[in-house]
Amino acid sequence: MVRSAATKDDAQALFQSLRSAYSATPTNLKIIDLYVAFSVSTALIQVVYMAIVGSFPFNSFLSGVLSCVGTAVLSVCLRIQVNKENKEFNDLPPERAFADFVLCNLVLHLVIMNFLG
Amino acid sequence: MASKVGIIVVVLAIASIYGAMAVFHTISESHRSAALELFSPVTGSFSSLEEAYEALRTLEVLGIKKKPDVKDHTCKSVVDTLSSVSSNSKDLYHALQVNGLLTCTISKGALTDVVSRLKEAVKDATSLLDYYHSVGGLLLVKHQNSEVDVILENADGILRSIKALSQSDGRWRYSSNNPESSTYAAGLAFETISGVISLAASPVDENLIGTLKKDIVKLFDSIEKYDDGSYYFDDKHIDASGHQGLLSATSAVVRGLTKFASTSESLNIPEDKILGLARFFLGVGVPGNSKDLYYQIDALSHLENNRVSVPLILSLPATVLSLTCKDKLKVKVSTVLGSTAPPLSVKLMQVFSSGSKDASVLRQELHFDPKEAIYTLDALPEGVDIGEYIFAFEIVLSDPEHKRKFATGGRTKVPVHVTGVVKVDNAKVAVLEGDIVESEKKLVLPGKNDLSLSANHLQKLQLSFVLTTPSGKPFKPHQAFLKLRHETGVEHIFIVGNSGKHFEITLDFLGLVEKFYYLSGQYDTVLTVGDAVMENSFLQPLGSIELDLPKAPEKAPQPPPQAVNPYSRYGPKAEIAHIFRAPEKRPPQEVSFAFLGLVLVPFLGFLVGLLRLGVNLKNFPTSPVPATFAILFHGGIAAVLLLYAFFWLKLDLFTTLKTLGVIGIFLMFVGHRTLSHLASASAKLKSA
Repeated sequence: MVRSAATKDDAQALFQSLRSAYSATPTNLKIIDLYVAFSVSTALIQVVYMAIVGSFPFNSFLSGVLSCVGTAVLSVCLRIQVNKENKEFNDLPPERAFADFVLCNLVLHLVIMNFLG
Repeated sequence: MASKVGIIVVVLAIASIYGAMAVFHTISESHRSAALELFSPVTGSFSSLEEAYEALRTLEVLGIKKKPDVKDHTCKSVVDTLSSVSSNSKDLYHALQVNGLLTCTISKGALTDVVSRLKEAVKDATSLLDYYHSVGGLLLVKHQNSEVDVILENADGILRSIKALSQSDGRWRYSSNNPESSTYAAGLAFETISGVISLAASPVDENLIGTLKKDIVKLFDSIEKYDDGSYYFDDKHIDASGHQGLLSATSAVVRGLTKFASTSESLNIPEDKILGLARFFLGVGVPGNSKDLYYQIDALSHLENNRVSVPLILSLPATVLSLTCKDKLKVKVSTVLGSTAPPLSVKLMQVFSSGSKDASVLRQELHFDPKEAIYTLDALPEGVDIGEYIFAFEIVLSDPEHKRKFATGGRTKVPVHVTGVVKVDNAKVAVLEGDIVESEKKLVLPGKNDLSLSANHLQKLQLSFVLTTPSGKPFKPHQAFLKLRHETGVEHIFIVGNSGKHFEITLDFLGLVEKFYYLSGQYDTVLTVGDAVMENSFLQPLGSIELDLPKAPEKAPQPPPQAVNPYSRYGPKAEIAHIFRAPEKRPPQEVSFAFLGLVLVPFLGFLVGLLRLGVNLKNFPTSPVPATFAILFHGGIAAVLLLYAFFWLKLDLFTTLKTLGVIGIFLMFVGHRTLSHLASASAKLKSA
């Protein structure tokens, strides 16, 4: 009982510290995080739909899920490159990273649209 | 030894009866229609004057009128040939032959010119054909135009040079340096000789004519004979025109003989040979090609009235007489071309029934009907029942002077069939157990019968009936069969034997079990009785018999397989319907729309979160040039996304890529300007 109460308190303390640490992140990174969450949840909803009705136009399912997953991955790359605390990408201007992000998204979505059928 | 001689004598006697027996028919409508078909020129005119002559001569003998337009065209050809310088004696000869039939208008001067050319040809002639064409041409001119002078000097010399080409066996050679000889050439030689004799200026040496007559008689020694009494000449060699055959050789000899006989009397050829030659030409029937038809008709026209002897043909319009219809025997006597014969009487001398060589001499005279020119026998002789007979007739000429002129041929034998109705009596079927009759049924033959018997393999089936001819005598038909047919199609045929009038067959099933392949069941029975002289031949189903046979042992032979019905094997088969792939199950539309809504929820959550985070557009450039670039940048991205939407809806990849390339270049330029402006703005901010 003491152990569980202790763990519960520890979990709550951990959660609080995470929340306060997160609020310190810059806004643009938060926007990117929100975008990732949005695309992943869209992918999850599509998987649930496929689980219910079956995978008949399988190519459509794949392209839908891959579009979400791909754009999430590209956003994560953008977040890494834009993050000021990352010493590796100091000499890379964030506008350049954003331009890469836009270009890669456009190519990804061309392929997705072709595969959608 | 004596028995062998006896057998030979019997065989010879029968052969002598069956020999010289056939029916010959004179020229009839079938010859005329064949002539019209064969001799109508396809292109409207004949290809050569020789062909034209053959056609015109045949049609004239048969009494068929020729068309006037053919005459004009052919006459023109005749006149051209006669006046042309390059024609040789052969062309002139054929042209003059055609002229003789068509009587084209030719000037006297032209004819005189032709005569002088032909006389030159006679002087220069060396081969038989040279003599034939030139002498023949001169003779034709003499017949066509009496004003022109056609006389041959030195007839003796010409005859001697023609005779020099003869051979000892009666045949003639074509020229002195060609050793080949033929009967056809002999015919041509005799025709030429007769022409020389009639054109001679002074009477010819009698000894020479005597030797020539002996030559003809020698030629007739090589005549050949068929069994039915026709005589012919065979030419083992091919004649000058390349046409080999009996008809051409025999026809040439007949022509030569009759022409020679017209120039001098007392030619000693036996009349049965002349009659045999006539029979040969009539026995050919209707030839299939024009040359053979010409030879046949030409020879018959020469035989029709010649100075040796004119053959008279006895023919029967009908050789099958029916006793039920009370047919009368009819006989026709005429010349070869069908013209009326001199007054004569026909007697039926003997009637031979098939197989016997003896017959009583009857001497029944036939009654003459002058309207139809037919001799009729009022009643058939006694004892003539149904069957095959040979009737022997004899022709007796009323005027004894005619005996020398006409050839009648002694006894003429003709095969005749006499038919009638055969009575079938006492027909019955019985099933026997041992020798005891178990069941018996009477049959009505010929007529409908419907038996239904049953028997097992220990019993016998017996069928019997009696056949009698109209005059009450026993009759043995060609066919008397009993056929049993099983329901599976297997058939068995048995011959019904006889003793005198009584016909009987007994089927002992004990012995026939193996022959029937041990098949039990229903057998249909059919009785067939038939003969050529039986007018009521029948094939009569009698009904059925149920046979009970023991089971087949292991090694029994299998019945032969029956023929497959071709309609079932090759007929149409069942129709195949195409089975389409079942379409995939799609979810109901409500579920799909619900999830469409659900998918848009995270997007709304994203927008709400953005607002919560406090996004702003403060960094958007305010000065006009960078502002336009920024707007264009966002517009470019929107355009690309719109293009993608169109790509999914209706465009194809190629147009999309092309448009994408254009927008992409624009976007890169614009984006580069915008982002570099933003970068420089933030760098300024950092340094400041």
